[in-house]
Amino acid sequence: MSLIDVTHLSYGYSHQPVLKDVSLSVAKGEIVSLLGPNGSGKTTLLKHILGLLTPHEGGVSLEGTPISDMAPRALARRMAYVPQIHRLSFGYRVLDVVLMGRLPHKPFFSRFRTEDTRVAIDALERLSISHLKDRPYTEISGGERQLILIARALAQGADIFIMDEPVTGLDYGNQIRLLSRISDLAHSGYTFIKTTHFPDHALWVSDRVVMLKAGEIIADGPTEAVMTSDRLYGLYETDVDVLTVKGGARICMPAVFFKGGGMGRRCGIPSPATGG
Amino acid sequence: MRRPLLIPLLGALLLITALVSWSLGRYPLSGGEIMHCLARSLSHDSSVASLHDALVANILMDIRLPRIMAAILIGSALSVSGAVFQSMFINPLVSPGLLGVLAGASFGACVAMIFAQNWFVVQLGAFSCGLLAVFAAVGLSSLHRGDRLLMLILGGIISGALFTALLSGVKYLADPYEQLPAIVYWLMGGLSSVDRATVGAVSAPIIVGLVLILSLANYLNVLSMGDEEARSLGVNVTLLRGVFIVVATVISALTVVMGGIIGWVGLLTPHIARMIVGPDNRILLPASALIGATYLLMADDVARLLFRVEIPIGLLTSLIGIPFFALILARTRGGWN
Repeated sequence: MSLIDVTHLSYGYSHQPVLKDVSLSVAKGEIVSLLGPNGSGKTTLLKHILGLLTPHEGGVSLEGTPISDMAPRALARRMAYVPQIHRLSFGYRVLDVVLMGRLPHKPFFSRFRTEDTRVAIDALERLSISHLKDRPYTEISGGERQLILIARALAQGADIFIMDEPVTGLDYGNQIRLLSRISDLAHSGYTFIKTTHFPDHALWVSDRVVMLKAGEIIADGPTEAVMTSDRLYGLYETDVDVLTVKGGARICMPAVFFKGGGMGRRCGIPSPATGG
Repeated sequence: MRRPLLIPLLGALLLITALVSWSLGRYPLSGGEIMHCLARSLSHDSSVASLHDALVANILMDIRLPRIMAAILIGSALSVSGAVFQSMFINPLVSPGLLGVLAGASFGACVAMIFAQNWFVVQLGAFSCGLLAVFAAVGLSSLHRGDRLLMLILGGIISGALFTALLSGVKYLADPYEQLPAIVYWLMGGLSSVDRATVGAVSAPIIVGLVLILSLANYLNVLSMGDEEARSLGVNVTLLRGVFIVVATVISALTVVMGGIIGWVGLLTPHIARMIVGPDNRILLPASALIGATYLLMADDVARLLFRVEIPIGLLTSLIGIPFFALILARTRGGWN
């Protein structure tokens, strides 16, 4: 049985639909990358999976139970949201930020117990960042902040991580380190649904790629099968070669920067005259 | 210094300030006289009190004690409201008056002063119009879709401006020889008219409100991370924000009932507290309460002792608060990324 089922989900107004009849199933331990141009509805889809938005039609279920029937706290114990790095926040202690993940586990009015602190520290240790625990959250690097938010998701006890462009604002090295952590966690049974603007990142770590354009799924399948030059052209309206390099790994190469390649199609952004 | 130690330390500071304030006054009393009076009242000594004992008891129990209690309650309530709003709106320039409670309360009190020369009606007018102004702000904010926090701030600005304009109208209509001076003095704030009955009536709801806010401090931390993040942690954002707004509004309106408009305490104290204990609301809120209470107690001592005539405390807190605030903002820039 699949872990998460999105069935015939539609959202938005008739003159301006954001998601149109979207259906999607995610299995345990999968890393699913949502690819799509700006405004294609990726973030809106993530918010529906998290239960933050109410669909106008269709719905989302977790192991067969509609999430609209689940208590927010119960849902939070299964599914964690790892947002992009915060723009503005107080300099809370790192450990206190991770402890927030224990909120759905503690009685409403009570304080955090020693056990909660232990779970939070375990989560930090699992990501090898427990040395940061007493630092103010605002004074650590972007890469570290993203790891702290993943640690909070671990402390939350969730097994499904929903990430909205997790590498935004990180330098190249930190992007790679973050993606490799995600890959490690997926191997130990965690499920990831993430949006990304980098097709290469999908090739590196995803099992599945879902392509979303103008609120509709235009491709959904194993990464190797879905990530073709044609599909990327359909998605981004720009020529991208998907090349196989030594060892069998695949990479994306925008044709406009790669004079020796190209597939004989237009290069770069299509002009209005030739249509898109 | 370890943070948990700071709270008892600030508590001790408040206690000492309260005891010193108790002995200070136009009629200075020594510690011995205070102890003697306390011993008499605690032992329910039924023997006929000497004239001096009666006078001391009257000064301590009926005049100074209610005033000290009022200063503590007002200082802590305004400071905690200010800290709650600053954390919730993630904005350092926010004060308890953000959603219009103070403007509404001023208007209500002044209307009552004109149409009913009854102190209880004035208090009732202040409290009910303070609440009304905040309901108006929340109502206005829900007329439009968009960022909830921004809409609330805009609603508060509109509601506050409306009640300030209405207040001007009331002042214009007031009798310029009798009523207008009373209104003007009341708006400057002051604890001289505080009595035991008022303090007794408002202390319970203020204390309950403070305890409720302090026990929800964890959730205030999460709310300042943003709505969606808080909701993804299973937190009912709408309900909690509503509780924080209602409780902060009620306790702010009750401070007006006791002491009129006392500005800048609710804006300034949370900044001082944040400099000392950091931004974690679980420690920031109690620290703000204790610092605010101590500060207002000291300000009231100055207000009643500095000159032969009492200085309005709201005037004093503004004059101290404004330069202090400029100084603090220059130092805490970094805390607000």
